[in-house]
Amino acid sequence: MTYKYDNVYVGGYSTVVGPYEKDGPLSKGFDKCYDNLYNGEKTWEQAEVRLLSDSIDILLKKIQKDKKNIDLLISGDLLNQITSSSYAALKFDMPFFGIYSACASSAEGIILGASLIDGGKIKNCISATSSHNMSSEKQFRNPTEYGAPKPKTATFTATGGASIYLTREKTNIKVESSTIGKVVDMGQTDPFNMGAVMAAAAGDTIYEHLKALKREPSYYDLILTGDLGVYGREILIDYMHTEYGLDISNNYDDAGTMLYDLSKQEEVMAGGSGPACSALVNYAKILPKMEKGELDRVLFVPTGALFSPTFVYQHENINSIAHAISLEAVR
Amino acid sequence: MEKKEYKKIVDRHKPTETRVQNAIISFLIGGVVGAIGQGLIDFYSSWFDISTRDASTFMIVTLVFVASLFTALGFFDKWVTFAKCGLIIPITGFAHSMTSAGIEYRKEGPIYGLGMNIFKLAGSVILYGIVSAWLFGTIRYLLMGGI
Repeated sequence: MTYKYDNVYVGGYSTVVGPYEKDGPLSKGFDKCYDNLYNGEKTWEQAEVRLLSDSIDILLKKIQKDKKNIDLLISGDLLNQITSSSYAALKFDMPFFGIYSACASSAEGIILGASLIDGGKIKNCISATSSHNMSSEKQFRNPTEYGAPKPKTATFTATGGASIYLTREKTNIKVESSTIGKVVDMGQTDPFNMGAVMAAAAGDTIYEHLKALKREPSYYDLILTGDLGVYGREILIDYMHTEYGLDISNNYDDAGTMLYDLSKQEEVMAGGSGPACSALVNYAKILPKMEKGELDRVLFVPTGALFSPTFVYQHENINSIAHAISLEAVR
Repeated sequence: MEKKEYKKIVDRHKPTETRVQNAIISFLIGGVVGAIGQGLIDFYSSWFDISTRDASTFMIVTLVFVASLFTALGFFDKWVTFAKCGLIIPITGFAHSMTSAGIEYRKEGPIYGLGMNIFKLAGSVILYGIVSAWLFGTIRYLLMGGI
């Protein structure tokens, strides 16, 4: 499902991160960095709520709006029952939608918000997302102090909160169009190789988007997927070429490979992941570049693996989804 | 695209794991842990003038204590990641799995947190340890008449 928007713009964005992201190459682009994974809170879960609420706080300050003037808050995260989002939302007293597309949640939020603005139902909204390395490890894998070795294809959940403000008022970045992805099953079962799980969903969504709008990959200055990591990135380039005959190798990158310094930060293995990963890279690096005039057209394609540990232990395949959002600089 | 064809693409981009290197590291470090254990047994049996059997218990308690303490101090997970099965298979791995689960779930309280989750990883070790002890005990009884 692909459609264009007439009057939806990006009015601001904010990012808050933890120590690993602070040590990464995008450090200067973040609005706030914590040196400790607890962020002054008592538990990993509360630390994640703090990241999310901090990012919304900072965004409200940046756009100089009071929370009463925001029509809708949309937020999604990885924790069971998307509790980080709802606990953070409590603080802001705004109408709230909690959503889940795993690591593609930021895209689902932007598409929902943009569609409601374009349809004239609301004037503006904030779409937020968060993830925390430790709270995710605890929920999806092992206790955080357990040092189980991981394969090279494993990715590292980003610690951060990221928010974007969408508005009907004209700014210099336009939300031009979007494509809603479908759930994809490619027979993948390895929770330590999420890049392989999600690359197919990213490929299908990118193809559907280009086909619906009759565009070539070169139409975009940058196609940015969410969190495929080093090996998932290679798989996507190969998949696009083999399945659709499209060459995206010149203008494609993956946020998971950009958030950390992969040569120095060895603990991140194949790269970053988590709902915050794609949003952090997009809001800390890509959108500022668009404002500076270095990039004009960007296709933002966050990718999510739709599964739970229970389904994996029951030997079900891991499904995935990707949504695409076309962002254009307005000159 | 068929799942089989997709699997071919995935396999083309799968990095090779350094299995031989991992095995050598695990073998060496596991051996060092074993040597430390034997050293402790010799030390306890001569120092306290006790039987080897009692000294073995002392040795196990020492290794469990050290592994738990190092886990609590926050650096043992990095050692385990490096040494892999060299530290996971000995009793240190068992202690590490219980302590890490204990640290993780203490925030949920003594009953629903610590109590219900401390065997999260170690539960399998205990269950299948008992099952295999029973199995091999039975085989031994049948073949050797309980000697």
